[in-house]
Amino acid sequence: MIENPRQAFSCSLPRIDLDEDLVATQNTRKVHPPLFIRFQLRYTALVKDTIRHAQISIYEPIQLLPGRSSLGFKILKKQVLAPNTVLFDVEAPQIAAKAKAGQFIILRVCDNGERIPLTIAQTRPADNVVTIVVQELGKTTFDLCRLNEGEEILDFVGPLGKPTEISNVGTVVCVGGGVGNAVVWAMVQGFKAAGNKLISIIGAREKELLILEDEIGAISDELIVTTDDGSYGRKGLVTEALKEVLDREDEKVSEVVTIGPVIMMKFVAKTTEPYGVPTQASLNPIMVDGTGMCGACRVTVGGKIKFACVDGPEFDAHKVDFDELMSRLVFYKDMETESYERARNEKCRLMQQAEEVE
Amino acid sequence: MAEKKKRVFNRQKTKTAMPEQKPEDRIRNFLEVPLGYTDEMAISEAQRCLGCKTRPCVTGCPVDVKIPEMLELIADGDLPGAYSKVKETNFLPAICGRVCPQEDQCEKHCILGKKGESVGIGRLERYIADWDLNAATEEVSSTSAPSTGKKVAIVGSGPAGLTAASDLVQMGHEVHVFEALHKPGGVLFYGIPEFRLPKKILVREIEGLAKVGVKFHMNYVVGATETLTELRDRFDSIFIGVGAGLPWFLGIPGENLNGVYSSNEYLTRLNLMGAFNFPEYDTPVKPGQRIVVVGAGNTAMDSARISQRLNPEQVTLVYRRSRAEMPARVEEIHHAEEEGIQFKLLHTPIEIVGNDKGNVTGVVLQKMELGEPDASGRRRPLPVEGSEFTLECDSVVVALGCSPNPLMTKVEPDLEVSRRETIVVNEVTMETSIPGVFAGGDIVTGGATVILAMGAGRLAAKGMHHFMMTGSSPEAEV
Ligand SMILES: Cc1cc2nc3c(=O)[nH]c(=O)nc-3n(C[C@H](O)[C@H](O)[C@H](O)COP(=O)(O)OP(=O)(O)OC[C@H]3O[C@@H](n4cnc5c(N)ncnc54)[C@H](O)[C@@H]3O)c2cc1C
Ligand code: SF4
Ligand code: FES
Repeated sequence: MIENPRQAFSCSLPRIDLDEDLVATQNTRKVHPPLFIRFQLRYTALVKDTIRHAQISIYEPIQLLPGRSSLGFKILKKQVLAPNTVLFDVEAPQIAAKAKAGQFIILRVCDNGERIPLTIAQTRPADNVVTIVVQELGKTTFDLCRLNEGEEILDFVGPLGKPTEISNVGTVVCVGGGVGNAVVWAMVQGFKAAGNKLISIIGAREKELLILEDEIGAISDELIVTTDDGSYGRKGLVTEALKEVLDREDEKVSEVVTIGPVIMMKFVAKTTEPYGVPTQASLNPIMVDGTGMCGACRVTVGGKIKFACVDGPEFDAHKVDFDELMSRLVFYKDMETESYERARNEKCRLMQQAEEVE
Repeated sequence: MAEKKKRVFNRQKTKTAMPEQKPEDRIRNFLEVPLGYTDEMAISEAQRCLGCKTRPCVTGCPVDVKIPEMLELIADGDLPGAYSKVKETNFLPAICGRVCPQEDQCEKHCILGKKGESVGIGRLERYIADWDLNAATEEVSSTSAPSTGKKVAIVGSGPAGLTAASDLVQMGHEVHVFEALHKPGGVLFYGIPEFRLPKKILVREIEGLAKVGVKFHMNYVVGATETLTELRDRFDSIFIGVGAGLPWFLGIPGENLNGVYSSNEYLTRLNLMGAFNFPEYDTPVKPGQRIVVVGAGNTAMDSARISQRLNPEQVTLVYRRSRAEMPARVEEIHHAEEEGIQFKLLHTPIEIVGNDKGNVTGVVLQKMELGEPDASGRRRPLPVEGSEFTLECDSVVVALGCSPNPLMTKVEPDLEVSRRETIVVNEVTMETSIPGVFAGGDIVTGGATVILAMGAGRLAAKGMHHFMMTGSSPEAEV
């Protein structure tokens, strides 16, 4: 038995035992004589070839195709917003022209990489720019955050999902947490343009991790910042600030939109429910294709299965089964940690080597 | 009459066996299972053909491959001749020879099948295509017509799209293929595993197309990145071959538990993303030790057989009808059994159960019995009350089938779709309700076969050519 099947697949050529008897009988069968001269027995060669084919080219990048339109998507700007949080301006003209607030892209950094979804933070169609904000959480985001201006992201596809439904409803509260604030930025732009009064509540664990405060503040009519540890803004959770806004006598909140950690969105939904304020949450389940083809992104909304990539990513927060979403998000945690660790160790090893050389 | 060479016949009643990797070896690798005929095997198999005047085998072939001629050329040792004979009507013989359900097509009609086994037509088609692959004949496509100055867009790079692309580029049009995923090939890349269809073969066909000038645009979701309406402004004619990519689920409790996969997700993770090679490849997959696959089509067989290669304790295939109704290719069913996959026939899952972490721990099955034939002519499976029991497992792969993905069609009100979300076309010309826009493959038929998708791509290419050259829709008799 092979201990670890993965090793067997990745390292050496597996041995193929042919049914010798069968081959022998087949080879002795009478054939039309002149053929023997024209076509040599090529049996072994054929078998060997099959093996070699399989080994070399299963996942060779097809970007080698001469007809491929582009090799990748260029990073025009990279800006570190907070420790482990990076903003990228990516050159993607078609997506920039099409994307609306709330939609996302799927990217892949390298040819053995994973496809991950990231919500679009901003677009500047005139400059062909799609802005994404990435928090380093695992292997793919680790690789991504190590790309620099001028380098390319291998695959970048979108805009996917339904845009946020934006109309003039009156007063809108946008509640964001952590890297979700990048999407709040996209949403406030949309809601403002539609003529709404905007109250933004953005939170972070600590001051250092707070992103895009100025950008969001500049567009919002009112900005409330919270940090868990009180190192900046109000101490406490976004839900506490939200509740106060909902309790205001002189303010009628028509809609709440929220994006951030699942647990935060769950409690935002719990907070607004008693007030009967329509609440949209932008969900971030695991995805593969992002076009409705696989169902990896299944979420339960109002007791029904929905595909977040095509039916969402925004859903009625009062109907979303957040606990299920949380459980689905951690399913691969151990494997994700393993590949993240590997990537970091590899990086360390390379840096050490570089130092030794110096 | 031209002088005819005397033919040698082989009176053997059974097909010449094809050497294969032994089951115990192949479940530990991802290499192709059947290894192909040697020259000698191929010739002696081709010599079994009687060269029937009525050509029954051809009537069974959706693209009318000139089978008796091909077989005669192989028997005579004219391999280049045989290869071009197949290529006349079949654009992807190396693929069809491997994945076509020949037992329902050409081989079903073969005269020899009445008193023994039919000629191994599929195996010989594969042989002749592999011969060409190995001979690496640099076939310079000098046959392509002078440029017409017309531009066509092909949406989807599955067998339907690739065939249409190939024909249209030969006719002298400028061809652009738009594909949503990052690799071309459709189901041939993300669905059918390496051990059944080596990627090398597919990549070669696609590279061949790129060499003759077809432009491939990956990561391009028509309907999202650009709409069909916008494409129509840029192109003279459009072919839609986006396949049937929306997976069906069972609609039973517990289907959102961790470890429940659609076969599309499961196979995509493994084939397209290389999850079997984790952590060399970043995408994970977690089938666990005991895997249950629901369904009995090719997709189910592929899911079960790929599972068996992940070193599990047990792979069980659950199907609500009996063996006779299994829709997969006979060869795959046979291979699956040889590889140690347990078949639980006449059983249907009614619930998936899990633990407090939300992970699958088992599936509740109910026994079925066959009743009266239903509309499809197959005996309807009926549940046996009180026969429920739980089969413990770590994952459930649902391989029931797919319907068309409405992602693109729903933003095109002018494009007529059926209640089943398939695109409605004129069945002879493959033109949709929008003039100049054609469609074919699974998007029109619902989940079908590679060869039917190819046939549709070819038919549509003819119609598109007519449309672009004359400016009017092709008549039904094109
Ligand atoms: C696992 C599995 C095994 C099978 N085994 C067999 C077999 O053994 N024999 C057989 O004959 N048939 C088999 N089939 C069926 C066969 O593969 C299909 O009938 C055939 O591939 C259909 O071809 P197509 O070109 O219509 O679509 P597909 O092959 O599905 O290709 C469609 C392509 O279009 C792309 N696309 C979709 N939407 C968009 C969009 N909006 N914009 C751009 N691109 C888009 C998709 O990503 C995909 O690449 C199998 C199917 C599966 C899933
Ligand atoms: S039916 Fe069989 S024997 Fe007759 S021509 Fe076709 S392959 Fe040959
Ligand atoms: S990510 Fe595959 S269907 Fe949504």
